[in-house]
Formats: sequence, C-alpha cells, structure tokens
Amino acid sequence: MTKSFVEKHAPALLVIAILLLWELICRGFKVDPFVLPMPSAIWDSLLEFKKPIFDHALQTFWTTMVGFAVAVLVGIILGCLLGSSALVYRACYPLLVGFNSIPKAAFVPILVVWFGIGTTPAIVTAFLISFFPIVVNVATGLATLEPELEDVLRALGASRVEILRKVGLPRSMPFFFASLKVAITLAFVGTVVSEISASNAGIGYLMMSASSSLKTPLMFAGVIVISIMAMAMYEVFAWIEMRMTGWAHRGQQATA
Amino acid sequence: MSNKFIEFDRVWLKYNPTADFAIEEVTVDIREHEFVAIVGPSGCGKSTFMKLCTGLRPPSKGTIIVDGRQVAGPLKITGMAFQAPNLLPWRTTLDNVLLPLEIVEPYKSQYREKREQFEDRAMKLIRTVGLAGWENKFPWELSGGMQQRASICRALVHEPKLLMLDEPFGALDAFTREELWCVLRDLHAENPFTVVLVTHDLREATFLADTVYVMSKRPGRIVARREIDLPRPRDIEVTYSEAFSKIVHELREHIGAIRKS
Ligand SMILES: Nc1ncnc2c1ncn2[C@@H]1O[C@H](COP(=O)(O)OP(=O)(O)OP(=O)(O)O)[C@@H](O)[C@H]1O
Ligand SMILES: [Mg+2]
Repeated sequence: MTKSFVEKHAPALLVIAILLLWELICRGFKVDPFVLPMPSAIWDSLLEFKKPIFDHALQTFWTTMVGFAVAVLVGIILGCLLGSSALVYRACYPLLVGFNSIPKAAFVPILVVWFGIGTTPAIVTAFLISFFPIVVNVATGLATLEPELEDVLRALGASRVEILRKVGLPRSMPFFFASLKVAITLAFVGTVVSEISASNAGIGYLMMSASSSLKTPLMFAGVIVISIMAMAMYEVFAWIEMRMTGWAHRGQQATA
Repeated sequence: MSNKFIEFDRVWLKYNPTADFAIEEVTVDIREHEFVAIVGPSGCGKSTFMKLCTGLRPPSKGTIIVDGRQVAGPLKITGMAFQAPNLLPWRTTLDNVLLPLEIVEPYKSQYREKREQFEDRAMKLIRTVGLAGWENKFPWELSGGMQQRASICRALVHEPKLLMLDEPFGALDAFTREELWCVLRDLHAENPFTVVLVTHDLREATFLADTVYVMSKRPGRIVARREIDLPRPRDIEVTYSEAFSKIVHELREHIGAIRKS
C-alpha cells in the first residue's frame, strides 16, 4: 500500500524533496538570498505581491492565448494548403523551415518599430513562435493519406474538398492536437521574451523590473507563475487531445 | 446478355513520359454483369488496368468505353476494395459502410432524410457478409478478415454497376478466403453487377469468374482469355473436381510460359 502511494505521487514527492533540499542548502550554507532565495522566501514574495503578480499573469495569459489562437487559425489554413497540394508543399516548405530556424527573439526589435512597445509585439511573437509546429503537423496528417483510400473516394466521384472533409481532416486531428501541446508552451515563451524587452505589463515585464530593483525572490516567483500557467495549459490540451482523438491511441494499442 | 459494358480498344499506358509502357495494346470486352478475373505476375499492370477502368488515370493511347460512354475522369458508378481494408479508424463499422452514401449522388442529397433507410440497407449487407453484431465496433476491434468484409460492404452499399476488387482476399487465411468467395458469389448472384477481380490466386479466379484474363509480365499484355464454363451456382466442392483442376492447370501453364519467355 505504501509502495503504491509512492508510485502514484512520485512526481509531487520529487518536487517536495527538491524544495526541501533547496531550502536546507540555502539555510545550511547561508547562501546569499540575493543570488538564490530560499523557497520559503519566494513563497513569501508570492503572497506579498499577489495582486500585481496576478494582474501581470493575467496579461501574459491573454496575450499568449490571442497569439496562440491566431497561430491555430493560420496553422490550420496553411497546413491545409500545404497538405493538399504537392506543389504548394514543395514551394513553401523550405521557406517555412528557413523561417522557423530564425530565433524569434530577433523579431522583437523589428516588431517594436512597427507596433511600438506593448501587447501587440508580444502577441505577434507568441504567434510567430507557435504556428510552425501546427502547420507541419496538419500538413503531414493530410499528405500521408493512403493512396488506395484516396482512389476509393475518387472512384466514388468525391471532390477534393469532400476528401479533405471526410478523410483528410479527421485523419490529421491526432497530429493537430499533438501539435497544440507543443505550440501552447512555445507561445508562452514568445510572449515572455517579448514582454521582457518590449512591454510594461506581463510576467516578463514584472521580472525585468524585479531584476532592476534587485528583488530576486520576486523574479523567482515570476518564473514559477509562468511555468505553472504553461504546464496547466499543456495539460488542458493533452486532455483535449485524449478526448478528441482517443481512436488514434486505442487503434495503436490494438495494432501494436 | 451480350451487350458490352466495358470496352478497351488497343489501350496503352505509361505512367510518365520517360518510363516504359506499363500496359500495351490491351483489348478487352466485358459484358454487363460479367464476372471477370485478371491474373498475372506481380508488376504486370493489373492495378493499372483497374485505374484505367475507373477513370482514375487516362490512357496514353487507345480508347476505353464504360457503360456506353468514353471514360474521361473518375466514374461514379464504381465500388472499390483493395488488399488493405482502408477503413476509417474514427468511424464505426456501420459508419464506414455508409461513407459512399455520403458522397455519391443521389444518396448524398437525401442523406439526412433517408438516413434510417440507408442504415437498414447497410445493415442488410453487413448481415450478409456475417458481420451482424459488429456494426457499432471500431475497425481496430475487428480482425483482418472482418475488416475486409466491412470493406466489401462499403464497396457495394451504393449499388455500383461496377465492382473493382484488387486482391481483396490476399491477406486472409485460407478458410476466411473461401468463405468470402462464397459471400461474393452470393452477392453477385443475388443482385448482379459487373465485377473485375484482380488476383494472384488461380483457384480464386477459376471459382468466381465467368472469364479469366492472363496478363504477361511487364509490359503487360493480355496473353490469354479463358471462359470458365463450370455451371453455376458453384459450390466450394467444385474446387476439388477434375474439371476445376484442369482449368487451374491450364491457367498455370500460361503463367509458366510467361516466366520462361
Ligand atoms: N503511380 C505510378 N507511377 C509510376 N509507375 C507506376 C505507378 N504505378 C505502377 N507503376 C508501374 O507500372 C507497372 C504496373 O504496376 P501495377 O501496380 O499495375 O502492377 P500489378 O500488376 O498491380 O502488380 P501487383 O500484383 O504487385 O500488385 C509496374 O511496373 C509499376 O512499376
Ligand atoms: Mg497491384
């Protein structure tokens, strides 16, 4: 019984153990709280600044969600275009890969010139960083349609749009939902990167100003809040993925 | 009975300009409701023949007439089944079988109102092939043979005038295969349609078909045409008769001759 308890809660126990160790090391070796604050000090500053932290977190959250929503929309449209035409695929793919290899932080100064400091560059950065995995996954899902299945449908007189609707899209759903998990975490990265250098709101900005006023525990509190948000959203999309595309996982189990 | 349903007149096809011809000078006449089997070595162009028949590929030379009209673009009167069942994993067996009715006119536009009627029709087919009780299961819950049964139902649900089968029983065990031969035989006898069956199995061809065509190895040509005059209805027992073995042997010899040349 005790064993199953340990097994079941292993991740939580590990986190607690790490926090304890951290606390002990900081106390034991008298680490300068300015360099590495103790977990308890971080917790205190979380409570102390809960109102501003909450406001900034909300700002970051909505910025990310808007950027992510645009990424999903653009990702689906581009993915459908790429996945349903070999020509478009060949033409666009190298360009997309090239674009994706640019560090998105490099866009922030340009975006500031275009949109000024604030929410817009953060939204755009979140979008830029997160749409690529969605495009690639939707396109792959569509492009790997079995030729025989396509023949069956074409021999029935199905149009391209019908094939896309009846088979292509449902078939690419598992790919799509898997990519959402990746994209949402990337979107948070995009938002925070932009907020750090080009905003006066959001967790990124909060950390920047905490840094300049030497409030190290507050910075750590910011890191924790952002990681909790990203993790929670990841779980939400993992859950949606399971709900929407259970057939894909069960199918794999059955054939494996 | 003698009216032609499919006419190939000296049909040639190459897949791309630089390649050799995949099939050469193919001339075939298939009657309405005839059951035709095509046998031949791997890569000889059997699947290519099917693609030409259904209009999925235009011929490079020659003309193809199906149902009185020259073929240009995919026909809408065909049902197809392949070696792989190709069912949609997110649909139940019943919904998989219903798929053609969501695509082919006139069923498509009536689909909403007549859904129940269509389901009855699909269920009737599902019962005929021995899948009753499995209609609400998903493909991964079905064995390979059961999936293939469902795939045949899907090919027939819209009552096509032409059924194209590309090695549909190739991946099945001997018992299931013979059982499905009988299913196909009965479906064809009950509600006749024209069938083109591609197969590697000479016994299968002899048992099911009215006419067997033998194709040569690449580039594919029709090298022999054999009418199977065994009386219908044929029972599985017939496959052990002398007349049956003789026909199989004869077909075998044509294939053997191709090998040597
Ligand atoms: N899409 C294609 N593009 C180019 N060549 C092709 C294509 N499909 C088939 N071929 C060529 O045409 C020839 C005939 O192929 P086909 O698929 O018709 O053979 P088959 O008789 O069905 O063989 P099998 O019994 O192995 O299925 C082969 O040599 C093959 O290489
Ligand atoms: Mg083939």
